[in-house]
Amino acid sequence: MIDILIKNLPIIVVLCPLMTSLLVVLIPNIFFSWILTTLSTFLTFLFSILLYQEIQIHSHISYALGKWMPPIGIEYIIDKVAIIPVIIISGISFIATIFAYKIMPEEIEKKSISKVYSLWLLAIAGLLGLVTTGDAFNLFVFLEISSLASVALVAMGAHKDKQALVAAYNYLIIGAVGATLYVIGVGLLYGITGTLNMADLTNRISDLNNNRALIAGFGFMIIGIMVKAAVFPLHIWLPRAYAYAPSAVSVLLAATATKASLYILARILFSIFENSENLINNTLLFVILPLSLLAMFAGTIMAIYEKDIKRLLAHSSVAQIGYITLAFAIGTKASVAAGFIHMFNHAIIKGGLFIAITSIGFYIKKRVTINNLSGLGREMPITFFCFVICSLSLAGLPLTAGFISKLYLIKASISSDDIWIAILILISSALSVVYLWKIIEVMWMRDGRKIVIKENPTIYISLIIITILNIYFGLDASLVVNGSFEAADKLIGDLK
Amino acid sequence: MISSTVGIWNYWIVFCLMMIGLFLVIGRKNFLKKIVGLTIFQTSVFLLYITFGKIKGGTPPILNESINTIYSNPLPHVLILTAIVVGVATTALGLSLVLRINSEYGSIEEDDVSAQDLVDYHDDIETGKTLDLKFKK
Repeated sequence: MIDILIKNLPIIVVLCPLMTSLLVVLIPNIFFSWILTTLSTFLTFLFSILLYQEIQIHSHISYALGKWMPPIGIEYIIDKVAIIPVIIISGISFIATIFAYKIMPEEIEKKSISKVYSLWLLAIAGLLGLVTTGDAFNLFVFLEISSLASVALVAMGAHKDKQALVAAYNYLIIGAVGATLYVIGVGLLYGITGTLNMADLTNRISDLNNNRALIAGFGFMIIGIMVKAAVFPLHIWLPRAYAYAPSAVSVLLAATATKASLYILARILFSIFENSENLINNTLLFVILPLSLLAMFAGTIMAIYEKDIKRLLAHSSVAQIGYITLAFAIGTKASVAAGFIHMFNHAIIKGGLFIAITSIGFYIKKRVTINNLSGLGREMPITFFCFVICSLSLAGLPLTAGFISKLYLIKASISSDDIWIAILILISSALSVVYLWKIIEVMWMRDGRKIVIKENPTIYISLIIITILNIYFGLDASLVVNGSFEAADKLIGDLK
Repeated sequence: MISSTVGIWNYWIVFCLMMIGLFLVIGRKNFLKKIVGLTIFQTSVFLLYITFGKIKGGTPPILNESINTIYSNPLPHVLILTAIVVGVATTALGLSLVLRINSEYGSIEEDDVSAQDLVDYHDDIETGKTLDLKFKK
């Protein structure tokens, strides 16, 4: 029995949320639909932990869907790289689902709550499918499942603020163009190789160097995925979508959605095209490196001038995505590992910050802007304490998770003789303190209105969990660091 | 030169449609026209895939007794069936969003909508007067 379960784990991780999303629609009761969603995300998390243990033994699990053997059939692959986003997505979605219980009925009409949970699970299933699949076209389908579900989720914010509709519309249009560009790329590659399986693609394009269709296909794929990952000039959809989505949805999307696409970006750069070294090196140096440096500064500066806190955090996400792509762009083993470390740490940091900010919005019943925050630190000590811990982690102070990722990123850039990149990273981290300090100062050091707020334990339980994670992975990062280095080892191999 | 250009006229059509679609998505300020553009853009990709599948003199891929039959490649057609479904879902979601935008803002022109948004945003942030969001009290 357990044997069969373990053999089928790669598909079960995707099917568990997918199937429950169909069930949840049928349950009109708010409480029971939430219980089912929580159960499903918890099981998914459990399965991904099992998968993690399995990966430690076998290091590569391939699952042939419907017993059609790859490269003809669709293949699901979990290896030491894919397990990182799987753990991030399933873990954060479990925490976000706990958080959603109290906050969802406040912002969304009662009658549509079970449908929202259904979309919620669908988005999670899409993201998990995105990272487990080993088939380039199947990836597109999951890309669209997750992004259509998240567009609908963002649009549910219209009950609270009508701007959510425009945000969702822009997200839909830009996302659909991105996904279509990706399909064009896959089509061109299919035209010259005749295969869609990623491992098979790697083999077949190795003797096609400098083929024009190959280069065009690569360009289309990269741009398509960069749209989805919100890499700097293609990030326009992100701040609005995160700011106007229902609170729980912002938490889920901010922590997981771009991570899956960033993983795909790494997969395309270092795994599918690993044999076209010239092409990859040029792309890294002339496209991804400058864009990530720009993202680091543009995102941070936009955040400094922003007054709506959710938007501020979204702009800071753009900067943080810049750090991750920068790590990929340096292209050594150590730097790619640093990218994966930051991917994990950023998920728990941004998750925590968004949970804190949205639970503040829940109490003050207004949009959370700088002016609305004054003096609230003394009224809601627990929420703000967690917020401060998470912001210190974002800025990269020692003893927090953010410090570890900055440390490895800077170490990697120094060891590859790019001292100026290390200096730029330090400057941009210092700038991020500006916007974080702005919020902290307003919260603790200004007089505010006296409103009595009783903090509700069902809301801050997930906040406390995620804050503890932030401190824990700051003190003992061996789990994340080892996992990331193994992943980088698998991706880059002995090439560099 | 001419024969090779004419020989790949399918691709010319595909890329013309692609550019028309992309231009509509980027250049039009009307939310509905953007969706029209998106649909044209996606359809051009369908054509691209179908063109890959066609082999000169190939028959539909149904098993035939004679040995010398050349079959067209069925896989792109199947992929495109999936992509069409995805495209329909995208269009449906987009159109329903446009409907909601029209009922909330009274317009589907991007300029009108963003002007209204800007007023709301500044009311909220610059004057310190906060909009009451429709939270349940």
